[in-house]
Amino acid sequence: MKVVKTIKLYIDGQFVRSESGQSFSMEKKGSGKKSPEQFARIALASRKDFRNAVEAAKKAHNSWNARSPFNRGQILYRMAEMLSEKQAQFSQLFQDALGQTPKLAQHELQKTIDIIIYYAGFSDKFQQLTATVNPVNGPFHNFTTAEPIGVVAYIDAQNFSLAKILNNICSIIVSGNTTVSLLGAECPAVLAPLAEVFATCDLPAGVVNLLTGHLDELSAVISTHREVRSFCFADESMTLYKQMKAQGVDNMKRSALVTNAVPTLENILHFVEYKTIWHPIGL
Amino acid sequence: MTRKKMIKKGSSSSTFTYAPALESSALVKLKKGHQLFINGRFVPAADHTTMNSINPATGKLLTKFSVAKKRDADKAVQAATKAYHNVWSKMPGIERGKYLFRISRILQIRAKEFAVLESLDSGKPIKESRDFDIPLAAAHFFYYAGWADKLNYCVPGQQVSSLGVVGQIIPWNFPLLMAAWKIAPALAAGNCVVLKPAETTPLTALLLAEVCQEAELPPGVVNIITGPATTGQALVNHPAIKKIAFTGSTEVGKLIAKTCAEQGKLVTLELGGKSANIVFEDAAIDQAIEGIVNGIYFNQGQVCCAGSRLLVEESIQETIIKKLKRRINTLRIGDPMDKNTDIGAINSAEQFQKIKKLVKAGKAEGGYFYESTSPLPSVGFFHRPCFISQQSSANLLNRVEVFGPVLSIQSFRTPDEAIAKANDTPYGLAAGIWSDKGSKIQHIAQALKAGVIWANTYNKFDPAAPFGGYKESGIGREGGLHGLLPYLEIKS
Amino acid sequence: MPTIGLKIPHGGKVSIPYYPIDMVNVEERAKSFTTRSIKNAAKLEALCLAISMTDLTTLEGADTPGKITQLCHKAIQPMPESYVLGFKNAADFPAIPHVAAVCVYPAMVPLAAEILQGSGVELAAVSTAFPSGQLDFALKLKDVKKCVQGGATEIDMVINRGAFLSGRYQKVFDEIIAVKDICGERAHLKVILETGELITYDKIRLASWLAMQAGADFIKTSTGKIQPAATMPVTLVMLQAIWDYYCETGKMIGMKPAGGIKTSKQAIHYLVMVNEILGAEWLTPKMFRFGASSLLNDLLRQIFKQITGQYANDELFSVD
Repeated sequence: MKVVKTIKLYIDGQFVRSESGQSFSMEKKGSGKKSPEQFARIALASRKDFRNAVEAAKKAHNSWNARSPFNRGQILYRMAEMLSEKQAQFSQLFQDALGQTPKLAQHELQKTIDIIIYYAGFSDKFQQLTATVNPVNGPFHNFTTAEPIGVVAYIDAQNFSLAKILNNICSIIVSGNTTVSLLGAECPAVLAPLAEVFATCDLPAGVVNLLTGHLDELSAVISTHREVRSFCFADESMTLYKQMKAQGVDNMKRSALVTNAVPTLENILHFVEYKTIWHPIGL
Repeated sequence: MTRKKMIKKGSSSSTFTYAPALESSALVKLKKGHQLFINGRFVPAADHTTMNSINPATGKLLTKFSVAKKRDADKAVQAATKAYHNVWSKMPGIERGKYLFRISRILQIRAKEFAVLESLDSGKPIKESRDFDIPLAAAHFFYYAGWADKLNYCVPGQQVSSLGVVGQIIPWNFPLLMAAWKIAPALAAGNCVVLKPAETTPLTALLLAEVCQEAELPPGVVNIITGPATTGQALVNHPAIKKIAFTGSTEVGKLIAKTCAEQGKLVTLELGGKSANIVFEDAAIDQAIEGIVNGIYFNQGQVCCAGSRLLVEESIQETIIKKLKRRINTLRIGDPMDKNTDIGAINSAEQFQKIKKLVKAGKAEGGYFYESTSPLPSVGFFHRPCFISQQSSANLLNRVEVFGPVLSIQSFRTPDEAIAKANDTPYGLAAGIWSDKGSKIQHIAQALKAGVIWANTYNKFDPAAPFGGYKESGIGREGGLHGLLPYLEIKS
Repeated sequence: MPTIGLKIPHGGKVSIPYYPIDMVNVEERAKSFTTRSIKNAAKLEALCLAISMTDLTTLEGADTPGKITQLCHKAIQPMPESYVLGFKNAADFPAIPHVAAVCVYPAMVPLAAEILQGSGVELAAVSTAFPSGQLDFALKLKDVKKCVQGGATEIDMVINRGAFLSGRYQKVFDEIIAVKDICGERAHLKVILETGELITYDKIRLASWLAMQAGADFIKTSTGKIQPAATMPVTLVMLQAIWDYYCETGKMIGMKPAGGIKTSKQAIHYLVMVNEILGAEWLTPKMFRFGASSLLNDLLRQIFKQITGQYANDELFSVD
């Protein structure tokens, strides 16, 4: 008799059940429509769970942002190390739940690890490519720096790609933001081992929060929550993106549409705010 | 022969009155009516409707201008689209830059004409149009000209391209300057524009159109359509427009953002503010007073980044208020065309009523109210510089943007309290910090949620310095490299 | 706020506060006074006022009795009636006042006192080993005594910059008190800070406050012997110190920028600044002076232009 596991939510560094107690069944991909094989039960995040996650992310933001960029880079590198150590576990998961070949799984994992390393190496460098000392016409020291914006919601794609998930999460947190991520419905219970990666790499609690649930139930609370300052949208529905953007106007929510899994400077810059500071130069 | 004694005998004081020093408006040739600028030519609106532009210092009619409706907006967008595909997107960056250099030069040559027209139309003192608005507008064109052929440096490691046709809607507080802030980066990045000036201040934008003709800018690259809010709406809703850039109130900005979200248009917004000017006891006090006064009374307080909330360390509150009162009373309120005027007219009857209403409501909530003792001109929309203190953070004048010469004053005890009070607003445009201690300035600057931080200074602007807001003060930056990015498509 | 505690004679203390000044801001504010436009009747009034505020100065090693004599006569009557009658629109010329004072080296005091007797023009002597002040203090005091006895009605002393810049503020303070003591009721005391050596506006503010506490009747920017001498920003800082001192003590102290003010245009900028910082009560020779030499001729030249409508040729107003 197989013991079906329930994959919980990952909020504030803890595995918690949905406060509504609800969960949904996840089937093995390609296990057939006639008698789908249950792979696991997945916690169904409610609006209250999202709210709790945002609270955790907000709390974590000040201390995550106060760390040196060097320190954040070290933590990201360790994240890559932890993922690397768990490669076999992830590979098995992709094979079982998604029916992927070992080769395909391995390729996806290697790509993901490289992405994390990319951002780890960028944590204390991207500032030099975007911050400027502005040559104003007067005796003033004038500089512009990029600052993190706060809590960023991440809406994952329905078509699962670990590389895409980490590309977006890392580009969000590398500059000091914290995130509440809603993983896609087809995500094959990857939340558990992924959360373990976050938990074991010294990433402070609350910096990354992972939820599973139904996007159509949660999109409104995500787009109207005033503490969420920006959202990263990777889902395939352009209609939903536009809708959420319109709803987010109330608190001038920023947003970015990122559907690929290519790590770039631009991805980081989606989630920063520019601050320009003036100071006279005199005696 | 007994000669006139200029200095009164026996009196230790002599009246040192400044005689009116009026700038001549002879330079400006106001036409009876002004038309739309579409595809390089001035054309009337399709249905020939017009609106009045009045001089807020006198209440009298200056001239009439055309009202663009949807048909006109369509024509303008068409012209811009054609110019983009056939000419502007094909032109090498260095050539585009040359047009911008030329526009800047012509603005400098015709500076006085522009300054006079700006003051007549907007009510701002000629001293400000002449020394601030016009030179800075020319500087913006000059600055962005130099970026036109260097776009490959904009985002390291990534290619960029222009967007196409952009719609731009600007406010009445710095009419020509706002036009420059919008048009210069858009053109440098390779886009073509349709610009809608504010309905109370269309004239310098239309004169800028003449400059575009003089500079032989290819027809359709810049189009200017005048009219009320509905003209702007026509642009926001136009399917061929890729991006909207808007500067104005947060209220309208949210509506525009919503429409752009629904239609999949890019948008940048520069909205309202309720910026805090924080003065510590270790500040250079007399200079802080200048910063406070400049922060809220410059341009009659009609500035999005105005330092409209003074947060003063409690230990020096009395000293600051005493000096502030004295300083307010030396501000000369009068005819904008007088070179000695410090405080000009409020931009329009509507804005004037708005300010008076808010001040009345704010006073009714209690506290201590003070206004300048200076005399007001007998005609025109003039409001005395004033302040209110001894209220709480929740009171009206500490929360709502007045957009007038009205300062609210609160005290604080510790730096943490100052930071909390400063950030306690849905806005996040600017902030001022006054202290002689460097490490404290750096600490506070980091903690403030504002896009522009002025430390030991205020209201300083430069084309090289990015400007824009956190939170509900807007999205995106204008000025500098960062102000160029919203006009580009970045490729991975 | 850090303060400097100083002892006063006969017991007691005063404290001089450290008052930070922002340079960039001060210079901007100072510049704003130069864009005020003063025309017509107001300009004519300002020009005459400036003449009445001038300390007509000659401080050359080559000063002779002849030079002093001619200077004193010019001071009493800058534009004699006979001279005016030769001009176009002669009837419209206003009464040209005499200057406020003549300013000379100690050796020239007796001669100048004799000529200026009863004229209404004061006699200012630069004293205390002007301009450097680098002399034994007892000898500096002797210098002051001799000037006052010789008929000087005003003493322009220099502060001990060596002591000031090395932090020996008590010494600077004591020296001013001692000089003031000698001046007594007979002469008013101007204290020269020599701002061109103090460099920062913070120090200039400190020195201003110290001088006023020590009994200065006037604070003065410079000796005019080094650059920079008087500037608008430096004067602004000192004017603001005067205002704050007045608010705190009720005492009105005078201001004298000296050196580098050559044109009427500059003089009017200063008057605008005094008007807006201190107000009408200071717009009188009793509270404000220009330490200048060639300024007087330019003021006369501008009055000429105003009344006749013509630009004067150099020869008309170029000789003492």
